Amino acid sequence: MKALAIEGLEKGFGGVRAVDGISFSVEEGETVGIIGPNGAGKTTVFNLITGFYRPDRGKILFYDKNIAHLPPHKLPRLGIARTFQNLRLFGKLTVFENVLSAVLVRGGYNLLSAVFRSTDYFVTESKAEEKARKLIEFFNLTGKEDQAAENLPYGEQRRLELARALALEPKLLLVDEPGAGMNPIEIQGLVQTMNEVKRRFSLTIVIIEHQMGLVMNISDKIVVMDFGEKIAEGTPEQVKKDKKVIEAYLGEEPL
Amino acid sequence: METISYLLQQCVNGLQLGAVYALIALGYTMVYGVLRLINFAHGDIFMLGAFIAYYLISKFDIPIYLVFAITMVCTAAAGYIIEKVAYKPLRNAPRISLLITAVGVSLFLEYFLSLKFLFTANYIGFPRPFEVQVYDLSLFTVTNIQLIIFAVTAVSLVLLFLLIYKTKYGKAMRAVSYDQEVAALMGINIDATISLTFIVGAALAGVGGILYSIAYPQINVFMGIMPGIKSFIAAVLGGIGIIHGAVLGGLVIGMSEVFVSGFLSSTFRDGVIFIILFLVLLLKPSGIFGKRIEKV
Amino acid sequence: MKFFWEARKVILLAVLIYLVLKAVFGFQLLSQYIEQITLFSFIVILTSLGLNVIYGYTGQFSLGHAAFYGIGAYVSAYLSKSLGVDGILGFMPVLFLSGVGAGLVGYLIGIPILRLRDDFLAIATLGFGTLVRVILDNSDRFSEVLGGSRGFVGIPRITNLELAFFVTVFLILVTRNIIFSRFGLFWRCVKNDELASQGIGINTSRMKLMAFSYGCFLAGIGGALYAHLYTFLHPSNFDILKSIDFLIIVIVGGMGSIVGTIYAGLIWVGFIEGLRIVLPAEMLDLRWVFIPLFLIALMMWRPYGLIRKGG
Ligand SMILES: Nc1ncnc2c1ncn2[C@@H]1O[C@H](COP(=O)(O)OP(=O)(O)O)[C@@H](O)[C@H]1O
Ligand SMILES: [Mg+2]
Repeated sequence: MKALAIEGLEKGFGGVRAVDGISFSVEEGETVGIIGPNGAGKTTVFNLITGFYRPDRGKILFYDKNIAHLPPHKLPRLGIARTFQNLRLFGKLTVFENVLSAVLVRGGYNLLSAVFRSTDYFVTESKAEEKARKLIEFFNLTGKEDQAAENLPYGEQRRLELARALALEPKLLLVDEPGAGMNPIEIQGLVQTMNEVKRRFSLTIVIIEHQMGLVMNISDKIVVMDFGEKIAEGTPEQVKKDKKVIEAYLGEEPL
Repeated sequence: METISYLLQQCVNGLQLGAVYALIALGYTMVYGVLRLINFAHGDIFMLGAFIAYYLISKFDIPIYLVFAITMVCTAAAGYIIEKVAYKPLRNAPRISLLITAVGVSLFLEYFLSLKFLFTANYIGFPRPFEVQVYDLSLFTVTNIQLIIFAVTAVSLVLLFLLIYKTKYGKAMRAVSYDQEVAALMGINIDATISLTFIVGAALAGVGGILYSIAYPQINVFMGIMPGIKSFIAAVLGGIGIIHGAVLGGLVIGMSEVFVSGFLSSTFRDGVIFIILFLVLLLKPSGIFGKRIEKV
Repeated sequence: MKFFWEARKVILLAVLIYLVLKAVFGFQLLSQYIEQITLFSFIVILTSLGLNVIYGYTGQFSLGHAAFYGIGAYVSAYLSKSLGVDGILGFMPVLFLSGVGAGLVGYLIGIPILRLRDDFLAIATLGFGTLVRVILDNSDRFSEVLGGSRGFVGIPRITNLELAFFVTVFLILVTRNIIFSRFGLFWRCVKNDELASQGIGINTSRMKLMAFSYGCFLAGIGGALYAHLYTFLHPSNFDILKSIDFLIIVIVGGMGSIVGTIYAGLIWVGFIEGLRIVLPAEMLDLRWVFIPLFLIALMMWRPYGLIRKGG
């Protein structure tokens, strides 16, 4: 079953064709990596899927439902969660609140219950808090619950963003360059975390990544983009040998 | 025939007011360009210009061009000082802090200058440096005041455009507006450029203050509030940060105001301007000449 | 329904404070004037709390808060005058309706303007405030009672210690319960990062509208209490300077702090009204020379709060 199918997706900004007619699909449970040089249009694909941009043309099917024109806040409810390339945490909120907010978005009591403190309020809150704590524990952030998110070291902020995304209980997780700005040791840790995430949550994952070690390691399939187009697709082994891919990466880090 | 001539007359009157708004709007738009700040105190610089000219004309017997020159120097100095004292320390603060500071500076100028031993809070008659003359052009009339306003505005605009598009200082201003970090990397002196922007904007507001007072010869420390807000709206209408947008916006706002007073009622003059603001913000927040930008 | 149980400590404290005030005022230990400004300070706290919800918690900057305070005041005065209300019981629905009226106006105006950010929102709310001022100045054209620029006279005096105090305490508790619920959390998310909020599924426009109209609702209630305390309304009571007053209280108290707003409201009213007693009338104008300087100093050194740190 296809979890995600992108068909002929296009998006331009002024003269720039950021995404120029791209198609690919992701099977349920699969992990797909998107790689490509800077400015290839990878993040734009994510922004299109998650409703932050409206496509000029093309379809985005999530379990056969076209989601191309939904506003961003509707997508988590359907089961799509994302992280951002340059980290978007709620900086002044605590670690705990960052995760809790995502848990509570998914459902809960209404305004009157909140005002008059109904049973519904207490039950929902305590369940949500428990769930948030579990996620925080899973991502090794226990003990830091009450720190402001902006005061965490970079690597932990990345983990917190993942925890927040998973709090939404998504079916499809979109991760944008989780390894950016990390050293090789931190990358190792990240690979481990991602593998654990895959094992623990039944997830379909699309991951954008520059760090080849990471993306080749965890992906079942790789999509290579350049200048808004897909130039190759296949297993990590196939892609590594692809001529076009090597060309596109000429001068960049070796594969 | 009569309606056409009435219409034309209103146009001339609208242009007169619009020209002054355009001069003030330029300062708003330029400062917004380099600092992303709505300089609330800008309307008060305009008021300051009117008062300085008032003292120059009533206390000293000097030719009118000197009145303009001295006033411009004084308001430019005021603009420079305000930026250095109040805004510069907040260069890295959140934008709202800067905005609140600007509101504070504006209130301070108004209430400080309204003290008894300064300008007081009363309306003061502005001494016109010359007699009013009306020229009848059969379809409509023009006064020498209007001609002077048009001429001075036109000259100021030409000089401003030369400065911005033909000198390296103007190039620096445009670069800082476009991207402050990149401009700094290119070796542009950001602080000096911001100062220059304030100086030029305040000088133009000073000119606006004189012209406005010649046309509507009653001055008061609070006189800058409404023209200030309206000129800012003009800048938004034209597309904030865009020089020619401010000029067009000023003219449109001036015209609308005169037309509403002429055809509806002067009570709703200010209301209509704010309705224009809401419409712009609703339909095209980037203004007439602005480009739409997407987020993320 | 554990509204009262959860708030038992606060309620106990409130009752104690009420008894002390009642005794002090009852035995006329203090002048009528002090009693009046004490009630006024509750009203100011309530209204400032509304702005704190909008700006302090949700990050939506408003320079037009006094307009909603004014709408509440005028609506309530009009209602109680035209319905002939003169007792607290009859006044309760009027009070509620005035809050709802201000909240509704906030909702309608919020739909277009809350899409704007920071400084543009500031200009839009300032514009709205000016528009309301123009309408109030010309209100006698719509109905003679409203009084236009002469002011609205002859409003019954209904606001007393019990009403002002317990309405304020009740609404502070309600506000606290909203703040410490998922809605308050979402408001703070929106303030921190709108895009990230959308990214986790928060309907940001709805949350902003909710905070804005609730804040305006509180201002409307404050305005209604004010109208029936002073029995006279003038459009100039609801101009930008009044909005700045509320803004200063929110910042002094600490953005996103209920307790801070309470302290700051008390201190601010005490300070301003204290000046009225100490300074001769002509010196009183000096305060608007110093208040802006104080505001600028706050922005330089403590932009998020003086009493509480805020954030
Ligand atoms: N909001 C935007 N406005 C204008 N251009 C954009 C915008 N977002 C992306 N682009 C352009 O689209 C292209 C693709 O960008 P992006 O998707 O971020 O690339 P990648 O993530 O692969 O590095 C780039 O040329 C970028 O400048
Ligand atoms: Mg990217």
